Amino acid sequence: MRPILTSESTLLNPAKISVEGVSKSFPVNDSKILALDEISLSVKEGEFLCLVGPSGCGKSTLLNLIAGLETPEKGKILIDGEPIQGPGRDRLVMFQESALFPWLDVLGNVMFGLSQKPELSKNEKLSIARYYIKKVGLDHFEHANIHELSGGMKQRAALARSLAPNPRILLMDEPFAALDALTREQIYSDIQRIWAARQKTIIFVTHNVREAVCLGDRVLLFTPRPGQICKSFDVNLPRPRDFNSLEIAPVSVTITNSLRHIMQGTTEET
Amino acid sequence: MKRLIIPGIFIFSCLTAWEILALEEIIPVIFLPAPSKIFSYICAISADGTLFNASWITCKRLFMGYLLSACFGIPLGILNAQFPILQRVFGWLVLGLQTLPSVCWVPLSLLWFGQTETSLLFVVIMGSLWSIIIATETGIRSVPPLYIRAAHTMGSNGIHTWIFVLIPASFPFIVSGLKQGWAFSWRSLMAAEIFVPILSGFGLGQLLHYGRELNAMDQVLAIIFVLILIGILSDKLLFSPFEKFIHHRWGTDRK
Ligand SMILES: Nc1ncnc2c1ncn2[C@@H]1O[C@H](COP(=O)(O)OP(=O)(O)OP(=O)(O)O)[C@@H](O)[C@H]1O
Ligand SMILES: [Mg+2]
Repeated sequence: MRPILTSESTLLNPAKISVEGVSKSFPVNDSKILALDEISLSVKEGEFLCLVGPSGCGKSTLLNLIAGLETPEKGKILIDGEPIQGPGRDRLVMFQESALFPWLDVLGNVMFGLSQKPELSKNEKLSIARYYIKKVGLDHFEHANIHELSGGMKQRAALARSLAPNPRILLMDEPFAALDALTREQIYSDIQRIWAARQKTIIFVTHNVREAVCLGDRVLLFTPRPGQICKSFDVNLPRPRDFNSLEIAPVSVTITNSLRHIMQGTTEET
Repeated sequence: MKRLIIPGIFIFSCLTAWEILALEEIIPVIFLPAPSKIFSYICAISADGTLFNASWITCKRLFMGYLLSACFGIPLGILNAQFPILQRVFGWLVLGLQTLPSVCWVPLSLLWFGQTETSLLFVVIMGSLWSIIIATETGIRSVPPLYIRAAHTMGSNGIHTWIFVLIPASFPFIVSGLKQGWAFSWRSLMAAEIFVPILSGFGLGQLLHYGRELNAMDQVLAIIFVLILIGILSDKLLFSPFEKFIHHRWGTDRK
């Protein structure tokens, strides 16, 4: 019975990820902070979704919930129509802070993500790891210790670690904040290529509206306290997109204006 | 080589001053024999094999006790970190036993095991086990949750997370716990050897004890010198490589 039900529900609901009325709050001293208030959204298979919003509006919290690292207080989260049960390797998170393991070198860190793939041989894992390390431009730093990397190099190592296992869903939390402009633009095109070739579903948090427009099929705008989605913009520009192209500018201006509006709205309230 | 010159000169001048003070009998020989006396005593016991035998026996006891402590201490620390109930029930007990000087076990140990090797072993284990348990547990508890989360999202779970994330992440704590445990084993063994009259083997502690009985301060000082040497060597040989590795990997060395 159950498999049929599942396939029916995926037919009715083709969303890869669907978040239905999810709320999450954190206890702070005696009161509670409502980080997310009845959020609903659905992400299609293969969609590149960008989340933009003021600091502290619950973007990272939402990613953690989808990753299964935290449980929603209200509502539910479905992946392929199935409620999530804790973290799984189909949903990889690239955290806002560096979560690289200091007891491993760069290669060891990238290999860690592959360690849970018994279908690969040791040599295949090694060559996959090397491929992604090269891709992010760290090929001379394979055996570097984590503390020897600069902030941007750490982010690139973390990117290689999250791409290597080829997860179906990639949850990225401000992954490129510490990169220099040139590397970043290089990585924008790499990531668009990988995304298109591997048919990944990506949720991408950023503070850079232009970056969101350059990468996303859709950009969601969050409002803080309580965290809610206030606007959604579809970005229908041809791919691959170049960060500096003129087409991006008008869309990002529109979004930036809305964002400014939200920020002013919240500052007037308080 | 250069780094050795200044400490070398310092030690040499101290020894010379001491030698002169002792030879001129400014300090009575009974209190502090001259370095040359101590040195010739060391030569004598090295020549007749006493020193080697005693050191061998002492080190064997030390290793036995220490290895047993480590083999039980690390897993027990892990269990304590994994099951909060264990920590709540036994935490204060472990802490209390850790603070207890292990010489206090000597009377009980003698009563239970008599004048045997087991009795020495017991005192050594009681001296080092607890600090290894506590260090392991503290280490595992202080692993940043972010590492565990990252491991979970990469599909690592259960035993895999323990072996490949929690234990390596707490490696610095575990190594410092092992080092502390070693120091405690060493102290406990000396206390035990001095206080437990035992016939199954003459360790360094017993040599020192008989030196005292015979009022032979050159013997006492010679043994103290050997003990210091063993302490330095074991630290350098056993723990320095791990500590170097940790400093190198974690980037905690200040150069
Ligand atoms: N573990 C926690 N304990 C208590 N409060 C938390 C916790 N995590 C998040 N919060 C609160 O929830 C709110 C949302 O946090 P979140 O990290 O999701 O924001 P964000 O949108 O990712 O912000 P930023 O853009 O600055 O990263 C914040 O007000 C924060 O104080
Ligand atoms: Mg965040």
